[in-house]
Amino acid sequence: MTSTPMPAPTPGTPVAPAGQAPADSGLQAGNLIQPGTRTGETMIAIDNVSKWYGEFQVLTNCTTSVAKGEVVVVCGPSGSGKSTLIKTVNALEPFQKGQITVAGTKVLDKSTNLPKLRSRVGMVFQHFELFPHLSITDNLTIAQRKVLGRGAEDARKRGLDLLARVGLSAHAHKFPGQLSGGQQQRVAIARALAMNPVVMLFDEPTSALDPEMVGEVLDVMVELAKEGMTMMVVTHEMGFARKVADRVIFMDRGEIVEDAHKDDFFGKPRSERAQTFLSKILQH
Amino acid sequence: MNYNWNWGIFFEPSPEGTGTYADMLLSGLLWTIVTALCSWVMAFTIGSLIGVMRTLPSKTANAIGTAYVELFRNIPLLVQMFLWYFVLPEVLPQSWGTWLKQLPNAPFYTGVVCLGFFTASRVAEQVRAGIQALPRGQRMAGTAMGFTVAQTYRYVLLPNAYRIILPPLTSEFLNNLKNTSVALTIGLLELTARARSMQEFSFQVFEAFTAATILYVLINLVVITAASFIERSVAVPGQR
Amino acid sequence: MLANFDFSVITSNLPYLFFDGMRFTLGLTAMAAGMGIVLGTLIAMARLSGVPGLKHVAKVYVELMRSLPLVLVIFWFYFLVPYIGAYVTGSPNPIQVGAFPSALITFTLFEAAYFSEIMRAGIQSIPKGQTAAASALGMNYWQSMVNVVLPQAFRNMLPLLLTQTIVLFQDTSLVYVLSLTDFLGAASKVAQRDGRLVEMYLFAAVVYFAVCFTASFLVRRLQARVAIIR
Repeated sequence: MTSTPMPAPTPGTPVAPAGQAPADSGLQAGNLIQPGTRTGETMIAIDNVSKWYGEFQVLTNCTTSVAKGEVVVVCGPSGSGKSTLIKTVNALEPFQKGQITVAGTKVLDKSTNLPKLRSRVGMVFQHFELFPHLSITDNLTIAQRKVLGRGAEDARKRGLDLLARVGLSAHAHKFPGQLSGGQQQRVAIARALAMNPVVMLFDEPTSALDPEMVGEVLDVMVELAKEGMTMMVVTHEMGFARKVADRVIFMDRGEIVEDAHKDDFFGKPRSERAQTFLSKILQH
Repeated sequence: MNYNWNWGIFFEPSPEGTGTYADMLLSGLLWTIVTALCSWVMAFTIGSLIGVMRTLPSKTANAIGTAYVELFRNIPLLVQMFLWYFVLPEVLPQSWGTWLKQLPNAPFYTGVVCLGFFTASRVAEQVRAGIQALPRGQRMAGTAMGFTVAQTYRYVLLPNAYRIILPPLTSEFLNNLKNTSVALTIGLLELTARARSMQEFSFQVFEAFTAATILYVLINLVVITAASFIERSVAVPGQR
Repeated sequence: MLANFDFSVITSNLPYLFFDGMRFTLGLTAMAAGMGIVLGTLIAMARLSGVPGLKHVAKVYVELMRSLPLVLVIFWFYFLVPYIGAYVTGSPNPIQVGAFPSALITFTLFEAAYFSEIMRAGIQSIPKGQTAAASALGMNYWQSMVNVVLPQAFRNMLPLLLTQTIVLFQDTSLVYVLSLTDFLGAASKVAQRDGRLVEMYLFAAVVYFAVCFTASFLVRRLQARVAIIR
């Protein structure tokens, strides 16, 4: 390690001991999106996480946390482990060492009901991953009905409300293959929000999009951030980071190299690797 | 060529005394269809299960699935037919064996079970290929939404996999249908067997085989038409 | 019951099973596969030729063969071949044809339909630029086919052709319906004569499994190697 991972300097994010946040924090009926209040509660605590693919170590002692209402951008060169890290949060990627706590629930614990945990964590993928055989409406409702056990009418109403929020009401009856990439990704965000998540994870949500479609997706995400959603976002969109991020995490070779307040990060990154990365990405 | 054609033969009574030669062939056709449908239901069910097992993250499930497919794919169907019909009753406890041997319609039940297990290994390969052809992210997305493994298969993976493999499944269905003729070796009176007995009784060999050929071609056409109808009705808008 | 499983009935009949039975099976498989692949390739070329009549005849032949059960086709040729022989030689009566030639003709003609589908896919997988390049070098249709297209198509499709040959190996057991002495036929004859069905059919299953499992394992390895080289 060339530089030690450091706790975030922002006042909102003391590395709180995991497991203290009440499980139902922020879940209020009637709200489409949970309003975030910066109370300093820890929503995600990543504690000393390491992961190997056989012999090859992909994550090395990663420690960080995301407070309720906070927006954290994770960036770094390709192969740096950022996508892997974000997928460990809802245990899509298993890890061998360390612990992650999401809204008070330990991810690496045999007694944890992973499907239940995942249903409270929204995730948006690089390639959208809408279910191609289901209409947009069914994409928005299927998990509400089958996982959360909501009634068909409730699920439909909430799904269509969120579809309206991302500006795609006219497409409710269509199928994913009939929408553009940008539209599909907005539906994917609405689908995740329909589950009333306490936190949203974004895994390079704009990198598979044609350039002219990046904006419409980022707009939805900015909106969401302003409403106070707790977000962890893997992205190269530094404009988005500048605009709405509270903190920026920089990863390289499986390590968290820098974990700083946005202004500090863009002002003067401490590590050489982050400086090099930033100068490359901001050249254009 | 000295061959005496007699196309009127179909309307002559068969020596079995229950109808004409045409009736005899049609009853064979019926047995072919019933055997094919029953064994297909079995093959589709078992094949889907085995195919899914081969895509699960569990090593044990994988090994069982692979063993099944290798076992049933590498022994000729005819040998399997003999194993079910001649060998199984002998290696079972005596009372079971006797019961099996005295079962009415034993060739039919044996044929269905044998074809069901045999075709299942081929269906399993298609199902596995279909699931593996889906983008990896689909399974992840299902999991991330909070679906259990079973729900992910039920609501996400299988509906898409079955759509992809509909054409190869159609040809497996037709293979299964054609394979019912192998059951004539254990005494099932299906279409080929009936054409053969018509030839033996009447000596009008080419009329009998021509009729059977036409009937097989017709069933093939019906199945292909039905399959393309199904394909169109389950096609998802916006997908190639 | 398996308690009185008699190994000696197997061991004492091994020479008959292998020298008579298996030799017939392997000979039939090898020759039918060889001739079937050649004929299948010609049929595939006919289907892709674009020559109106030829193209359609080839297609009807393939579709017809593929919609019939092999057992029916075996019966067809068993009775038809003597008449064709009579027609060819001008004899007034059907000609007696030996069991092996009759089976060989049947399997060659039947499997050619399946081999032709594989070769058709193989030929279509060769980029158009290859034939264009061959023509540009002054080659005619047959020269470019024989020297450029077919070698590549054959090589790409080799694993599939071999897999189909394993299927053919299993299919030859169906000559049982003509009471010929292939491997299964031999096993069956011993089984009936000595009243040892359990031993003989289980032994036949084990032998077929061993041969097919090994062969398909080798084909998979070949496939992996071809995939790397390409």
